[in-house]
Amino acid sequence: MIAELGLAALWLAAALALLQFGCGMLAMRGSEGMAALVRPVAVVQGVLVTLAFVCLLEVFRVTDLSVALVAENSHVAKPLMYKIAGAWGNHEGSMLLWVTVLGLCGAGVALIERRLAPPALMATLGAQAAIALGFYAFLLIASNPFARLNPAPAEGAGLNPLLQDPGLAFHPPTLYFGYVGLSIAFSFAVGALLTGEVGPAFARAMRPWVLGAWIFLTLGITAGSYWAYYELGWGGWWFWDPVENASLMPWLAATALLHSVTVVATRDGLRAWTVMLAVVAFSMSMVGTFLVRSGILTSVHAFAVDPTRGSFILGLLVLYIGGALTLFALRVGTVREGSRFDPVSREGALVLNNLLLSAILGIVLIGTLYPLGVEAVTGEKLSVGPPYFNSAAGPLALGLVAVMAVGPLLRWRRDDLAPLARRLALPVALSLIALAAVLALLGPIGVMPLLGLALAVGVGAASLAPLWGRSLRRTPLFTWGMVVAHVGVAVSLAGMASETAFTRETLAAARLGETLSVGPYAVTIRSVAPVAGPNWTAIEGTFVARRGEGSAFALNPQARTFSRPPTQTSEAAIATRLDGQLYVVLGPQAEDGRWQVRLWWKPFVTLIWLGGAMVAVGGALSLIGRVLRERRAREALA
Amino acid sequence: MSAAISAKRQRLILVVLALVAIIGAVLLAMSALKGQAAYFYSPADVARDGVPVGRAIRLGGMVADRSIKRAADGVSITFTVVDGAYRSDVRFRGIVPDLFKENSGVVAEGSFARDGVFDATNILAKHDERYMPPELAGDKHKTETLAQ
Repeated sequence: MIAELGLAALWLAAALALLQFGCGMLAMRGSEGMAALVRPVAVVQGVLVTLAFVCLLEVFRVTDLSVALVAENSHVAKPLMYKIAGAWGNHEGSMLLWVTVLGLCGAGVALIERRLAPPALMATLGAQAAIALGFYAFLLIASNPFARLNPAPAEGAGLNPLLQDPGLAFHPPTLYFGYVGLSIAFSFAVGALLTGEVGPAFARAMRPWVLGAWIFLTLGITAGSYWAYYELGWGGWWFWDPVENASLMPWLAATALLHSVTVVATRDGLRAWTVMLAVVAFSMSMVGTFLVRSGILTSVHAFAVDPTRGSFILGLLVLYIGGALTLFALRVGTVREGSRFDPVSREGALVLNNLLLSAILGIVLIGTLYPLGVEAVTGEKLSVGPPYFNSAAGPLALGLVAVMAVGPLLRWRRDDLAPLARRLALPVALSLIALAAVLALLGPIGVMPLLGLALAVGVGAASLAPLWGRSLRRTPLFTWGMVVAHVGVAVSLAGMASETAFTRETLAAARLGETLSVGPYAVTIRSVAPVAGPNWTAIEGTFVARRGEGSAFALNPQARTFSRPPTQTSEAAIATRLDGQLYVVLGPQAEDGRWQVRLWWKPFVTLIWLGGAMVAVGGALSLIGRVLRERRAREALA
Repeated sequence: MSAAISAKRQRLILVVLALVAIIGAVLLAMSALKGQAAYFYSPADVARDGVPVGRAIRLGGMVADRSIKRAADGVSITFTVVDGAYRSDVRFRGIVPDLFKENSGVVAEGSFARDGVFDATNILAKHDERYMPPELAGDKHKTETLAQ
C-alpha cells in the first residue's frame, strides 16, 4: 500500500506541476484569477512530492522486498540507519530525492518570497514547474522507484558496502539541496528575462536563495571530500574524479554568481552577466546529474547502466539549457546596461573574480567532457586525471585567491592604487616572511605548495583587514560572513599546501611486533584478530603509535568483508591531532605471514575541511545578516 | 579619461574580456589535454599500435591465471594483463584493491618502462558484483566476440 500511495502522490505532484506551469505563464500575462492559484499549487506540489519521498523511506525502513528497488538495493540484515539512508543509495531513490528538493525549493519560494514583483514571481514559479515536469516525467517513465516485484524475493541484494557509512546519511541530501537549490536562481533568471525586470530589486530577491544553495553545496562538497578521504583508504582528499567535478562545477558557477549578484544589488552593474551565470549555475547542476545518473561514468556513484535513461536526461538537458540560452539570446537586448565603474574598484575585482572562476569552470568542464566526447566520436577511451587539472586549473586558482585578498580592500565604483598599496603592505609582508620562513626552516618544497602556503598567510591577513580599525560590535553580520568565508579559503589552502608538501608515507609488509616509523611517529603492529559487525566480518589490526616520548595510543584499522553483496572494504584508522592526522591502512596478509601496512602522517590536513566548514559558516552569517537587515528596513518603513 | 567611457562601451569591454578569458581557458585546457590525457589500451592495442615509453596510459584487461608474484619486500607485485592472446607484464608497489585477483578484470594506470614492463602507479579493480568499469565491460564484450 505504501508504495502505491507514494506512486499516486508522485503522479499528483506531476499533475500539479503542469497546473503550476500553465497558471504561472497565464498569471505572468496578467490573469488575476490564475495568480491566486500559483502559490498554493506550488506549496501543495512540494508537500505531495515530499509525501512520495517519505513513502520511499518507509518501504526501505520496513524492507518491503516486493518493491523492486528495495529488493535490488537493500537487505533485512542491515543497520536501520543504512536501510533508511539506502533509500537514496541507488538511481531511482536518488532521483526522487532530487525531485523532492526541487519541489521543496518551489514551495519555499511560493511561501517566503515577498520582494519580487508579482509578474516576475509568477514567471519564476512557472519556470520552476517546467523544470519539475521534465524530471517527474523522467521518474515516472524511466525510473519508477515504486515498481513492484512479483514474486517478492526472500532477501534483498544489499547495498554497496562502500556506501554503508554515516556519510551516506549526510552527504547526498546536503549536496542535493545545494545542487537543486540552484534551480531557484535559474527560475529567477528565466522569470527576469521573461518580464524584463533585471535590476537591484531582482538581485536582492535572488541573493538569499543563491547563498542558501551555495552554503549547502559547500558543505556537501566538503563532507564528500572527507568521506572519500577516510572511506576509500587512499589517503587523498580530491581525486578529480568526474563525479567530484560534477559537484565542483555548479559550485564554481554559484560562487561567481554569488559575487556578481552582489554587484547588481549594490551597484546595479553586471546585469546581463549575472542572469547568464544564474542560467549556467543550474545548467552545471543538470550536467552533473546527467554525468552521474546516466551511468556513462566509471564511479561508485554510477548505480546502473541503462542507455534509455542517459538519453532521457540528455534530452531534458538540451531542452532546459538550450531553452534558457535561447531565451537569453532573444531577451538580453531588453536588459539595459547597468552603472559604470572604474577598473580599479570593488566591481573591477569582482569582475576579475568572475572571469577567473569562469575560466576554471571551463577547464574543469572540458577536462570532464573531453573523454566522453572523444569516445563518442572515435570510440577511443581515455582518462583525464589530476596532472591535467592541477597544471591547468591550479595556477588560476592561486590567482583567484590573490584577487580574493585584494577585492574586499577596494571601494565600490572607483578607488586609487596608492591607498590600496598601503592597505596591502602588511599582508604582502607577512606573505613574504612566511615564504622565507618555509624555505629557511623546511628546505625546498614544490613550487605550488610553497606559493600556496605563502599565499594562505597573506590572504588570511588581508581577509581580516576589512575589520581593522572598525568597531567589531558594529560591523554588520554580512561583513563578518565575508571575512569568515575568505579566511576559511585561506585555511583550506594552507591545509592543501601542507598536505601536498609535507605528507610522509611508509608502505611495508610487517610481522607482528615489528615497529615502523612515519613522520614523528613510531607505529608497532601488535595483533591482528577477527571481529564481526551487524552485516560484516573483518580482520582488525591493533597498532600502537607513539610520538617521541609521548604516551602511546591504539589504532584499529579493519579489512571488512560484507556478505550482501559479497565485497571487501578497507576501514582506515585515523588519529587526529592538532597538527595533523596519522592514517593507518591494513592490507592483506602476504604468503609468508607478514601484513601489508600503509601509514601516512599528514600534517595539518584537517585544515582543508575546517576551512570548507568556515566558508559555509561565513555564508550562513552573511545570509542571516542580509535577512535581518532587510527585516529591520521593512519594519522601519512600516 | 575613464569618465569618457559610456556604460555601453564598458559593457562591450566586459564582453570582450569574458570572451578572452573563456577562449584562454579553452586553449590552456586543450594544450594541457594534449600532454596529460591518458588513453585506454588493452594488451592487444599495445601490440598493434605501440605505446611510447613514459607516456601515461591506462592498461586494462584480465589478470592472467597464476601470474601474480610478490617480491621479497612484501608490498611489490608483478602480474600479467591478458586480452585474448596478447599479454603485458605489470609492476606495482602498494596495496592492491580488495577485488584485485587472478582471472578478474583490472585497469592499471601508469606508463611503460624501458624494459617493456608496465609501471603501474594505481590499480583499479572490478568494484562490486554488478558493477564493472565501462572500459572493462566493453573489452570483455570484444573478447567474447573474438572468441566466437
